[in-house]
Amino acid sequence: MAGWPILSITTFLPLVGALFILIIRGSKEDVDRNARNVALWTTLITFALSLFIWINFDPSNPNYQMVEKAEWIPAFKISYHMGVDGISVLFVILSTFLMPLCILASWESVQKRVKEYMVAFLVLETLMIGMFCALDFVLFYMFFEGVLIPMFLIIGVWGGPRRVYAAFKFFLYTLLGSVLMLLAILAMYFVAGTTDVPTITATAFPRSMQMWLWLAFFASFAVKVPMWPVHTWLPDAHVEAPTAGSVILAGVLLKMGGYGFLRFNIPILPEATEFFAPLVYTLSIVALVYTSLVALAQEDMKKLIAYSSVAHMGYVTVGMFTLNTQGIGGSIYQMLSHGVVSGALFLCVGVVYDRMHTREIAQYGGLVKLMPKYAVVFLFMTLASVGLPGTSGFIGEFLVLLGAFRDNTWVATLMALGLVLGAAYALLLYRRVVYGVITNPHVRSMFDLTPREVAVFVPLVIVVLWMGIYPNSFLSVPAASVEQLITVYQTKLAAAGNVAVAVR
Amino acid sequence: MIAPFPDLWPALPEIVLALSGLALLMLGVFRGDTSTRTVAYIAVVAMLFAAVLSMGYGTGRAVTFNGLFVMDAFGVFVKVLVLVASSLAVLMSLSYLEREQIRKPEFPVLMLFATLGMLMMVSANDLMSLYVGLETQSLALYVIASFRRDSAKSSEAGLKYFVLGALSSGLLLYGASLVYGFAGSTSFDKLAALLAGGEHPSAGLVVGMVFVAAGLAFKVSAVPFHMWTPDVYEGAPTPVTAFFAVAPKIAAIALFTRLLVEPFGHMTHQWQQIIIASSVLSMILGSFAAITQSNIKRLMAYSSIGHIGYALVGLATGTEEGIRGLLIYMAVYLFMNVGAFAVILSMKQKGRMVEEIKDLAGLSRTNPMLAAAMAIFMFSMAGIPPMAGFFGKLYVFLAAIQAHLYTVAVIGVLTSVVGAYYYLRIIKIMYFDEPAEAFDPVGDDGMQAILIGTSLFTLLFFVIPAPILNAAAAAAAALFAG
Repeated sequence: MAGWPILSITTFLPLVGALFILIIRGSKEDVDRNARNVALWTTLITFALSLFIWINFDPSNPNYQMVEKAEWIPAFKISYHMGVDGISVLFVILSTFLMPLCILASWESVQKRVKEYMVAFLVLETLMIGMFCALDFVLFYMFFEGVLIPMFLIIGVWGGPRRVYAAFKFFLYTLLGSVLMLLAILAMYFVAGTTDVPTITATAFPRSMQMWLWLAFFASFAVKVPMWPVHTWLPDAHVEAPTAGSVILAGVLLKMGGYGFLRFNIPILPEATEFFAPLVYTLSIVALVYTSLVALAQEDMKKLIAYSSVAHMGYVTVGMFTLNTQGIGGSIYQMLSHGVVSGALFLCVGVVYDRMHTREIAQYGGLVKLMPKYAVVFLFMTLASVGLPGTSGFIGEFLVLLGAFRDNTWVATLMALGLVLGAAYALLLYRRVVYGVITNPHVRSMFDLTPREVAVFVPLVIVVLWMGIYPNSFLSVPAASVEQLITVYQTKLAAAGNVAVAVR
Repeated sequence: MIAPFPDLWPALPEIVLALSGLALLMLGVFRGDTSTRTVAYIAVVAMLFAAVLSMGYGTGRAVTFNGLFVMDAFGVFVKVLVLVASSLAVLMSLSYLEREQIRKPEFPVLMLFATLGMLMMVSANDLMSLYVGLETQSLALYVIASFRRDSAKSSEAGLKYFVLGALSSGLLLYGASLVYGFAGSTSFDKLAALLAGGEHPSAGLVVGMVFVAAGLAFKVSAVPFHMWTPDVYEGAPTPVTAFFAVAPKIAAIALFTRLLVEPFGHMTHQWQQIIIASSVLSMILGSFAAITQSNIKRLMAYSSIGHIGYALVGLATGTEEGIRGLLIYMAVYLFMNVGAFAVILSMKQKGRMVEEIKDLAGLSRTNPMLAAAMAIFMFSMAGIPPMAGFFGKLYVFLAAIQAHLYTVAVIGVLTSVVGAYYYLRIIKIMYFDEPAEAFDPVGDDGMQAILIGTSLFTLLFFVIPAPILNAAAAAAAALFAG
């Protein structure tokens, strides 16, 4: 495979699938069936291709690999520059892994405008993969912002009753953050003379400038993560989005914020990162405790999981800004794990929603008697979300806690409080939905997982177990890049005359 | 003494347009209303031929007619844009004219003469030729604004445009006379040489320059001289609005740019604050006032005010990079606006034009291609990548950051978020709402071609942006070299 532009092929293959779907003609049934099949096969092939990226990836090399570089706008030194390192490669895999599952999950639940739906998802996949691979700021920004277009349509066209409100809120919130980042990118361009990410990473920015740049980037990524208090778009967007939209939103789009912090804020703006780390800690802890309490009070299943996402992403942001190996490694792990687990939880909600068309927790109860397989999967994912040892959630949370303890015990203690609350709302949700007696007569007509749904959940369960039992396959990939990130951060801080306490 | 015969070569595109305009007028008069299509097609051919002639001109700088007329790379770039915009506008108007039974050959001829005026504006190198070009353009525009003379709205639009246009011309002339009085010349070259001395310009000269700028701000509809825009846009026949929104704007802003950069290039301190204020106000007003509009043409009017605000950010920097950004912005603006108006012109139900935003409801189901095209234009106008509009904004803000106009840049991006709201609203109505009455099929082949061409340009601009960017860079450089 050497010499092939494998990243570009993986990135743009879904777009080819989308074009195929666009030219499908015929009766509605034919078009729908073909659109589903083309979408599924495209995403599967993309996933297979992305595995080649993983196989080709050399974990011992901390630098960008499989780099592709071509002139794009030479007059401005803006190039088409793609590449992956240990930090981004697993996110590419995460995106391609979740996509076929999303298509499968929408197989029957989406009946309206299937063709457009599949096209939107495939375009979304291209933009997501491209965003994680882009090594040029303008290219990155194009993918980062471009994601808004298909997601806006997915929420707005196939969403629930308040979809219009949710779609607008999602779009405008994210856009507001991003445009400030765009200005920061332009400001960096004039210092570094290029928008090439590796070159800019090697550039030292004056301290006062770093502060503004950091805040501009923070505005964008904090909305995306989302961090308290700019998280309010997320519950709305999640509740109204169709199931597969929620899966992608929680599974991948939230990670774009965390990825942004790791890729840009920390290595490019180290002094500002050190200065603002307490702010991130504070906001994350508030998110952890506050949104967990809010989650406890939710009556809507999706809203509860959405708030739990905010809380879980709180761990991620704390982990990153501990700036030690465990913290950053843990936060990457936590992001991957959350991508799989929260995606699976939204799919669990989707399963019962498809049958009952309500997400109100009180409408359910006693499902275990009718849907034993479903009860097992849901319990498994709930426990993974809580962080039971043996599941992926445990490794991430453990590492982040470890990193936080080394940096600040108070933060770690409060995080532990968040953990307890997390267990409380997750188990409470499970108890109210699955256990108890059947009070709602409609519930009696519910049937257990269909083979298609089983096919959706089996890969997720396997991955969660794999990540929980043998984490090394996933931990070893980013390790070298994380080490390098920390080295870059500390060297730059030291060079700035700011002797950092060596915490390694 | 007999002055030597001037060199006509630099003005060849204008001469071609003027002669073909006269010939077409004759053709129209003798052949009557049936000749409208023929006249229009010949007019389009003449414009495109003029565009080719301009492109063939090359990169040097030539001055003719005793220094009244200049042709350079800047002129080439803008003239090509103006000619393309005008010829698309002529093509888009044809089926409308036939449908509304105002099929008169004067219409394309007037558009041709307006275009001639625009080319003169772009090449003006003297306050007098500036005025002649401006008025050639404006007089033709006043007439076509009220071309549907049976319609009260159209007549009102024409009259309003005429009265306010005359006022702005008065401001401009007054300013020009002040400049002449205090500087002793109307020639751009002499003014530039005079001001290059480094002396502080006299107060009278500054006042004169401000009046000229105010007159031109009216023509580009920048706040606070924008009031005519929504009414004229709404009242004028839709193809005329489509024409107004693009070609005259491009020509006027090019003239504005040449005036401020060439003769008044050494008075940047004096005019920069005015342009910044006007630009910021235009961006704010354009985005907030559009939110409550229910008529799509009015909405486009406010949208164009906003766009002019962004373009003026580039001018406000007063740097070569800023002008480059402005030119890129206007090139992108041309295609997305022509495209959006092609969609608006396709909004007909049972042969009748509709122009309420709510009429677009559910368009994505009744006519998916039209809806997709409109969505592309709206996302582009909102500046969402990868659409072309994003690049327009990118280069303008790039220049603003470079010139340390941070506040302007921040206000600009924030208003673009507000602007995104109303562009998204149109997409919401097309995609999220239940279908209203379906539109008639587009039918017109020319219109379809324009829709496809402009939407593909807007969508795929990012693939090969370099040619337009390089041409704009060369054009901006020419302005600063001169």
